[in-house]
This record gives sequence, structure tokens and C-alpha cells, in this order.
Amino acid sequence: MFNIVIVGVGGQGTLLASKILGQLAVNNGYDVRVSEVHGMSQRGGSVITYVRISDDAPLYSSIVEQGQADVVLAFENLEALRALPYVRDGGTVIVNTQEILPMPVITGSAEYPSDCLERVRERCKTIELNAVEIAHECGTYKASNVVLLGVLAKTMPFGADEWIRAIEQCVKPKFLNVNIEAFNRGYNY
Amino acid sequence: MKQLLLGNEAIARGAYEAGVRVSSAYPGTPSTEINENIANYKEIYSEWAPNEKVAVEVALGAAVSGARSMACMKHVGLNVAADPFFTATYTGVNAGMVVVVADDPGMHSSQNEQDTRLLARASHAPCLDPSSSQECKDFMKLAFEISEEYDTPVIVRLTTRIAHARTLVELGEREVPELREYKKDIRKYVSMPANMIGRHKAVEAREIRLAEDANTLSVNRIEWASRKVGVITSGAAYNYVKEAMPDASVLKLGLAYPLPRKLIEEFAAGVETLYVIEDMEPFYEDTVKSWGIACSGKDKTGVQGELFMKKIDEKFNNAPEAGPANTPGVPNRPPVLCPGCPHRGLYYILGKLKLTVCSDIGCYTLGALPPLSGVDTCVCMGASIGMAHGMEKARGHEQAKKTVAVLGDSTFCHSGMTGLLNMAYNRAVGTVIIADNSITGMTGHQNNPANGLDIHGEPTTQLDIVKLCEAMGVASVRVVDPFDLKELEAVLREETAREALSVIITRRPCALIVKQNNPVYACDPDKCRNCGMCMRIGCPAIIKTATGVRIDPTQCVGCGLCGQLCHFGALRAE
Repeated sequence: MFNIVIVGVGGQGTLLASKILGQLAVNNGYDVRVSEVHGMSQRGGSVITYVRISDDAPLYSSIVEQGQADVVLAFENLEALRALPYVRDGGTVIVNTQEILPMPVITGSAEYPSDCLERVRERCKTIELNAVEIAHECGTYKASNVVLLGVLAKTMPFGADEWIRAIEQCVKPKFLNVNIEAFNRGYNY
Repeated sequence: MKQLLLGNEAIARGAYEAGVRVSSAYPGTPSTEINENIANYKEIYSEWAPNEKVAVEVALGAAVSGARSMACMKHVGLNVAADPFFTATYTGVNAGMVVVVADDPGMHSSQNEQDTRLLARASHAPCLDPSSSQECKDFMKLAFEISEEYDTPVIVRLTTRIAHARTLVELGEREVPELREYKKDIRKYVSMPANMIGRHKAVEAREIRLAEDANTLSVNRIEWASRKVGVITSGAAYNYVKEAMPDASVLKLGLAYPLPRKLIEEFAAGVETLYVIEDMEPFYEDTVKSWGIACSGKDKTGVQGELFMKKIDEKFNNAPEAGPANTPGVPNRPPVLCPGCPHRGLYYILGKLKLTVCSDIGCYTLGALPPLSGVDTCVCMGASIGMAHGMEKARGHEQAKKTVAVLGDSTFCHSGMTGLLNMAYNRAVGTVIIADNSITGMTGHQNNPANGLDIHGEPTTQLDIVKLCEAMGVASVRVVDPFDLKELEAVLREETAREALSVIITRRPCALIVKQNNPVYACDPDKCRNCGMCMRIGCPAIIKTATGVRIDPTQCVGCGLCGQLCHFGALRAE
């Protein structure tokens, strides 16, 4: 059983990441449930997606709850901190070390915590990387989601070829090479 | 191989396999993807209707004429469609008709937590409540069978966690029933009192028959386990119950209305303690209690927000409190108008002129949030115009000159037109702003009559909003580019001062649809005085630092609004 929580800011590509994960599970004969957020919060708000994959017992709930996540895949530092209660004991946070200021911070009514990653590190195993920069080197900063999946892949029992097959099924052909390179960079991080 | 489908995709697939021929809908989260996916099946005629009332009427016409049909909407859409729907249950259908309604417990993207099961009962429509994507597909087929067997439109009710969850689905083949014969039958289809008195009897008889048959309906099933605790549940709540209370016996209701009394009595008699665990209103619980059966549930879960596994574990198993799902004390990240959004300049000017703004449902509702803070009211689709008119009639012309109604192009088509006609007809003084971004934005970019494209993106008849307003008798109709702040401000000052009814159309396409190929802006640190002027438009690409502002080049689309505001020429295209 794997419980994964994907968090980020609307527009960062969290939905593609969960779609690839879901396809990977289907290809390998696992039960899988994914819960997505559509609508209002996609406009630059906090977004959260849950992915549950099971190789034995059938799944019912599509939601990962407090203390259940094996991995939180965070696309932004503040969102990593926000999602911390989801991480189970011994769980991991994989974080793209990017700071996107929320509007209350931009307008000065709140402060962006300066110790986001310290607080995450104190609580659980943390893998930090600048996925945007790595994706940019591969050809487009938009592939940062797939860089993060590459890092996630190392924590899960599917071969790299299985991941690439799932990516091929979910990504438009013209963006395929960029995404495969992005995945490999994450996988070998 | 099974496919991983969104609940909404599975609904569309179920409609396809059930042989649906006609589907009409107005987009609304969390229902939008149903009709978007229907549009991918070329065998089905699909369309975006201007509103849900029209969609239900289209589906009814198709069904009465002999074709399986459907309409889709979010929960509040059924309020708009309630007029035809509440009588369609009297007229009955001919071929099957299904209305898919998606509720939003927790209000992820909605203005209330309305429970469609209550409207099913009020309208005497059967209501199915699936728990997974597989059930979404299967229940659509069942819904058409029930519709034809009992001669009634049927509701398939979803909630956000079913509509927007991906679970595995076994696909089947499409089977298309022959078009049924259409026969003129005025005693059924003409809703005059004399006819409908007879139909009401038919409705009552049908409902009694279905409630009886519901006792053996396949989707109402008892899963016996320990007899100590039994739970009556349905929909998403069923999934959480199965995980939080794996030892409990469960009565899973696939048909949420009408309820199977004998089955419930049998289940209640077979367990020591009976709980009813359901999202939203105590719909099952109240009915079960009214039959003299002891049970509880809502006293523990309440009616607000969503149920989850941990909440059930806490309330029914006395598990320790799970604590908040989010780290406390962390700044919120509310949604914002996108960089380059054409609504931003409009709300900046409305704020500058200190106008009272009756706004409406759409992306532009986000103008309510700081720093724009430019909205006074937002209630339902189209309410902006009626409310602004009401303020004028209550407080007079001076109030009208300080008030505007703001709504989008799609919302105007949905239910703003009649409000505007009311203003023209009743000699209103006032200003209505139609923020025309040429798309239905918030729901994920659907075409609508104002942009002249159909559901497939093909050109079709385009509504001429200017001519329409003129035809209604609006005294002054102006079209302005909301990126031209000077012009926009001048027009707003003129039109609000006018002793007449005027419409201002602020026209510029959504920034996510028509990409602006402008160079991004940057701040010249030598010129920036850090005065904060550019911060007033709430652009997520502008970041204030101790020494001046900085523009985030990955977010900026070069719209140039900030440059128009800077008095020192610090913000310029690179």
C-alpha cells in the first residue's frame, strides 16, 4: 500500500503527476484511487491531490488522511510545510525548493515563514531539489513535475522502464523527450 | 484492461454505453467534465446550453420524442432547472431521461452545501448515489432502466469526491435502443391543471411501487459482518465507513430516494446499534427515525463539511482526535486572478472610484479578495443585475450612480439577460458591466453563445451583446479594453453619472486562452521608490522587497497594467 499526497500551487502541474502515477498503478495491476481538485483553487491557490495504490486489499477511500502519507510530493516550500500533518511516522517529503508567495504575503498581511524546510526536516526525512532549474535544463521549466516523479520513483517498487511507459501514455508526443529526460534527471538525483 | 476514470468520465461512459443520443449541460464544478467527455463520443449529440433550465428542457424534449437523453449540472444548477424538472416528474418521459447533479460538500468551489437528495424527494424523482467510478458507469445504465420502467426522469447524484476521484472501471459496449415512437398525448405532456391532477396520482402510485421494488433492487445491499454495529450509508461516506469500521455490518443504499423500508427494517432488526452515516443533511436518518427505528449519526458528525475516514473513526470508534490536516499558523494561499487577467484592471478602477459592486459567479468573484477588495455582493448566477436594480429602487438615483453590477459573458447569457431586460423595462438608472473574456473561465474554459464557438470548438452563431442590449432599450452601450485603464476610468465615470441605464462591455480574452506574446516586465531599481502603487492590483508576478519591487519573470505575461500605474517609469517591458 502506498499513500501519496501531492501538493502545490494551482497551475504547477500536480494533475499530470497524479495521472502518471495512476497509469503506472493500472499498468502493473494494482488497485488505485486518485482524488483531484478542480475548479476555483486551480487559480493560483493551494492544490492537493491524493493517490492511493494497493497491491493487496481493495481500496475504498480516495483520500489520504493525517499521518497516512508514505510520501508528500511538494511542488513548493510553503505547501510542503502546510502538508506536514499528512506524513506518517517514517514517511518522506520530496520538495521542489521553490518559493511562490501567496497573496496575503504579497500584500503584507502575512509573512512567508523563513524556516519552512527546517521545520519539515525536523519532522521527517526530506529530499530537497530545485526541480524547476533541472526541468529548465531539460528544455522547459514546466517539466518540473516529472523531475519530482523521478525522485519519487526511487522510493517505489516499479522499474524506471515502467515509469517511462506510464509517462508515454500520459504526455503529448511532442513533449515526450523533454519529460523522459526530466524523469531521468530526477531518477538519478 | 480496466481503465482509471474520473467519476465524471465514468458517468459519460455510462451514458455512452446506455445509448444516450442527446446531452445538454451548463458547466459547473464539480460536474463540468461530464459533458466535456460526452462531447468526445461522436455518436452522442452534445451541447452547452446557456443555463441548466434550458438543458433540462432539451433533455425532456428529446426523451418525450423517444431518445434516451441527459442533462448535467452542479447542485445549484438544479435550482435553476427546478421549474421544468418538478413538472417533468409529472409528465413523465418516453425514452429514458437522466439528470446528473453534482453536490459539493465542503464547498470546494460553490456558494452553498445544498443536498440534492432533498430536491429529489421534493420533486418525486428517484435518485441514485454512486460510491465509485465503476458505480457511476453502472448506475447510469440502471438510471435509464428505472426511468423507462417507472416513466420518470431520474437523478444521478454525485459529490465532489466521487465526481473528481479516479478509480478503476471495466468498460462495456454501447447498446442503443431504437428510437421510441412519439405519440401525441396531451393528458401527459400538456401541464394544464385538469391533466396534472391525474398525473399527480400516477406520480404517487409510481413512487409507492418503486419504494416497494427498492427493497430488492441490486444496488441496495446489506453487507453482513458483526451484528454489534450496523451502518446505513451511501455515496462517498460508504467508502470511509468501510475503512473506519471494517467490522460493522453495512446497508449500502445505491438508491437514495425513495428508501427501501422493509430492507431498512430488516437491517435495523439484525444489529444491536444502528448508525446512519451520510454526507450533508440527515436525509436517511430523519426518515428512518420517522419509522420509529432508533438510530443516530448526525448528532456526532454534524451537517457541515465533508465526512472522512478519520472523522468517522473519531466519532464512532472513540479514536483519538486526528488534529488538523494542515500545519497551523501557515499563511493561506487563496486563489487569485491570473497574471494578465483582464478582470484585474476593471476591479482596480472600481476600487479607485469607490463604487458599490454587485458582482456575480465566475473568476471575477476573486476581485473580492485583497488587495482589490472590490466586491460588495455575490449570491448566484445573474444576481448582480437584479440586486443593483433593487438598490436603485430602494435608495434612488444617487445610490445608482455609486453602484455597478458586474458579471461575465457566460453568466450574462446564463441568467443576466432577463435581469437587464427588467432594468430596461422598469426605467432603471444604473450601470451594468459585462466583463467579456470570451469564455466560461472558472469551470475550465467552455465555449458559450457570446464567443461564437460550440462545444466542439466549431464556429456557430455568435451573440451580439451590443445589439442585444440596444434591442432591450439600454440607453448607452460602450465597449472598452480593460487593459486601457485611463479609458476605462473615463467611461466608468461618464456612465455612472448618466441618468439612464447603461452597459459597459469590458472586452479582452481570458489570459489563459489567448496567450499574450508580450515581453515580460521588469523593475528598474534606480527608479523604483517602493511606493506600493503597483501592489494595489494584486498581481501574483509582482513581489515587494525591502528595497523595491521585483517582477517574477516566470509569472509575468507582459500585460503592462503595472507599468500604467507606476508614476516613476520604473516598470517597463524588458
